[in-house]
Amino acid sequence: MQTAGPQKQYFDALAAGALKIQRCEACSRHVFYPRVQCPHCGADRLAWVQPTGLGTVYSTTVFRRKPADGGDQQIALIDLDEGVRMMSRVENVDPAAVRIGMRVKARVAQQDGAPVLVFDPVEG
Amino acid sequence: MAHPLRGKTAIVGVGHAGFGDASGFTEMEILTQAALAACADAGISLRDIDGLATCSVTSGMWAMNAAESLGIRPKFIDSTMIGGSSFVEHLLPAMLALDAGICNAVLVCYGSTQRSGTVNRAAIASARRLLDAQPYEHPYGPAAPAPSYALAAARHMHQYGTTREQLAEVAVAARKWAQLNPEAQMRDPLTIEDVIGARMVADPLTVRDCCLVTDGAGAFVLTRADRARDLAKPPVHVLGNATAVWHRQISSLPDLTVTAASESGARAFEMAGITAKDADVVELYDAFTINTILFLEDLGFCPKGEGGRFVADGAIAPGGRLPVNTNGGGLSCVHPGMYGIFIMIEAVRQLRGECGERQVNGARIAVVNGNGGVLSSQSTAVLGTADTL
Repeated sequence: MQTAGPQKQYFDALAAGALKIQRCEACSRHVFYPRVQCPHCGADRLAWVQPTGLGTVYSTTVFRRKPADGGDQQIALIDLDEGVRMMSRVENVDPAAVRIGMRVKARVAQQDGAPVLVFDPVEG
Repeated sequence: MAHPLRGKTAIVGVGHAGFGDASGFTEMEILTQAALAACADAGISLRDIDGLATCSVTSGMWAMNAAESLGIRPKFIDSTMIGGSSFVEHLLPAMLALDAGICNAVLVCYGSTQRSGTVNRAAIASARRLLDAQPYEHPYGPAAPAPSYALAAARHMHQYGTTREQLAEVAVAARKWAQLNPEAQMRDPLTIEDVIGARMVADPLTVRDCCLVTDGAGAFVLTRADRARDLAKPPVHVLGNATAVWHRQISSLPDLTVTAASESGARAFEMAGITAKDADVVELYDAFTINTILFLEDLGFCPKGEGGRFVADGAIAPGGRLPVNTNGGGLSCVHPGMYGIFIMIEAVRQLRGECGERQVNGARIAVVNGNGGVLSSQSTAVLGTADTL
């Protein structure tokens, strides 16, 4: 018997250092963000899987903020190789140098005392 | 065969209030002023209103506040809140209620003091993080809408070769229309270079690619077409309306270059029995310059990917091939949080021939597209003069 819904399970896994996404046992498609029901086919049999963490930048921007408001903020949409898209940011690179098509890999970081998924550039 | 709702209802009155800075007034006060103006325009009394459609950025129970404050007891109430497109979306339920005889006169209304009020844009963004939590996006920043639209603009540029200059053309065209509209808030000259050189908000969008932050209220009155004939102004008939919602968060839109306007537009055009080429005047919710390009494509004014080239060389400015956002748009006329009511008002005025210097001569059919959230909700309306029935 499950003791928590998909959202808590996702963030619990992230807190333990692991990225987990769902995969539908009926239509075999991956699902993100975590849900009770597959948004593609409607089945309610979603299993947790561990993706490779590799993905590609689908789009990118730099939100220009005053230093007092936290300064410039890189924001990206990342398509994981498993076929799901997530919002995140690409670190360890100049924010303005993040490019659509750039290959990236997921990493669990900490932000305001909570786990947060970010990405780093990878070769190839 | 014509759709049974085509032309059965008509907008008989429009009004607005509190444009720009409404310091000293509450949003309900300017909403009421706009409602009174719309009723006066129609030649009816607020006492004749027995249907109410309204919603608010800040209040989740706004229809009750509005009914109480206006002193009306509506038999039909719709407070659907899907962002800035809501006041275009409010058409279809009102059309059904009127057609079924549930009520006789629906007031669609909105007001916001987002610029001057104590609950300003920053306060709304911070409340939204609590009340409308998005745990998969908010850690990365965008409680403000600009980054989400910037992601769409960046993708469109990447995928179709749309240029920074083409985005700027949208803002320049809006400003040229605004210069013909004495009520528009921003009427200074604006060049492509000005737009590109302005303060960057979210790459590739500068502050001149972004809508204004103003106060303002708007209202319109909808009745059955048979009653509309006897009122003060020429009726503007609702030929078609449809709404589509595909997502809430930008990360859930499958292709950032294709919005749900491609669906709402097709359904609204089918109800109206028109295609894009029948439109004489077009009012699109231009929260950001990329919106206008996306909606021109999604509504079929040009093929997907061609929107940037379509707007180049002043094509949607006064004197261009297609009159778009003739009041100056959210970019240069007015934008109090949710702008959808104002594209309806401008379309009605164009079809009545009331627009002075910016009037599109002989306009008979107007296409309106409202947008809400982060390209999330799309509602398309087709309005026509009596001779389009």
